[in-house]
Amino acid sequence: MDNSTFTQADSKRSLWAAVLLGIGVMAAVDEIVFHQLLQWHHFFDFGTPTFGIISDGLLHAFELLAIVIGVFMLLDLSQRKRLTIPWAKAGFFLGMGGFQLFDGLINHKILRLHQIRYGVDPLLYDVVWNGAAIVLLLVGIWFYRHAKRLGHR
Amino acid sequence: MRVHDHTHAAQGALLDWLPLALIVLITFTYLTAAYTQRHKATGWSGWRSSFFTLGSLLLALAVAPPLMAWAHHDLVGHMALHLLIGMLAPLAWVLAAPITLLLRTLPQAGGRRVAALLQSRFVRFVSHPVSALILNIGGMYVLYLTPLYSASLDNQALHYWIHVHFLVAGYLFCWAILAEPDVSPHRLSLRFRLGVLFASIATHSLLGKLMYGYAWPRGTDHSLEEIQAAAQLMYYGGDFAEVLLAVVLLTLWLRKPVERREGLFKNAERGISRVRINT
Repeated sequence: MDNSTFTQADSKRSLWAAVLLGIGVMAAVDEIVFHQLLQWHHFFDFGTPTFGIISDGLLHAFELLAIVIGVFMLLDLSQRKRLTIPWAKAGFFLGMGGFQLFDGLINHKILRLHQIRYGVDPLLYDVVWNGAAIVLLLVGIWFYRHAKRLGHR
Repeated sequence: MRVHDHTHAAQGALLDWLPLALIVLITFTYLTAAYTQRHKATGWSGWRSSFFTLGSLLLALAVAPPLMAWAHHDLVGHMALHLLIGMLAPLAWVLAAPITLLLRTLPQAGGRRVAALLQSRFVRFVSHPVSALILNIGGMYVLYLTPLYSASLDNQALHYWIHVHFLVAGYLFCWAILAEPDVSPHRLSLRFRLGVLFASIATHSLLGKLMYGYAWPRGTDHSLEEIQAAAQLMYYGGDFAEVLLAVVLLTLWLRKPVERREGLFKNAERGISRVRINT
């Protein structure tokens, strides 16, 4: 399909579907790599305030549904021939970086769900974690500007 | 394993096999009816029969006396069973469209009675996603955060009743979320049903964390390690079952032709969702 036939709504939907997928993928990486494989993160941190425990349930539900809904939205758009790849790329990286930064600042530091690693000074880990988030976000921003230049909006 | 140790007589052993016998009977009835329908004009999908058989196998696995005995003294076993009885088996049964099969099989008068029952206030109430959520996850909160769980270890009837409750509640929940293949008494948007599923994941994972962190259920001889292992199984096993339900829901959605597919979000495809309501 010719690019010029995509509407602004198509671009927007492609972007957001991929944002959801990016959030879900990053959350899955977090769960698989840091909780299960490395076992750095703890399932339950006794220092977590009550508010943190409750919001953890909501965040967890959001992450699980984000990956499922993201995938199906992208499939739906592609079946309708309405998927704009440049916007989806931007959304994917913005979603990954956004989630990583949220996890690093809000989950680890404000809600104190768990730290990145125990028995060590977490500062260096926090810097690397959030630095990685910023790199992903920058890649996302670069793709975003690229998509905008292509004029799908 | 308190009850079984003391009162395991031949009569008790026979009673242990009763759930299994019931499952075999129900499955036999379904498959007979499905076989009869196959030769009629409308037919009956082999997939549905397979799903029913799968559900029955999962359920039979869960209630087979050796597994029941394991579950009775090990909380991890109890959780594994709960997952089979309360989530996985009901999902497979819902996909088998047993109510549609029943309506097609029964003679007209009987069919009308069943249809009236489905439209009754009671069935409409319990088949609403929110009520089904409360019956399902609310039931879990009551079971694990009150002395009910330890009471169920001492009382065989209560023990059975709890399993039946979770089977029925799990069935109602899966049916309420999917709203197909048996026609649901409610016409609720996909967005609303995904919202209820969201609430379900959030509340069950919260319960898993609470059990892990605060050593629920209390008043049993389960060790802390056992409770924590069970809580983690509830957390991840529940995730698996609910993500599976979400995947099934959205797969059924994606299988609909594009022009009849309801928009996932409010301002998307307004016109299309209106068309769907009319058809």
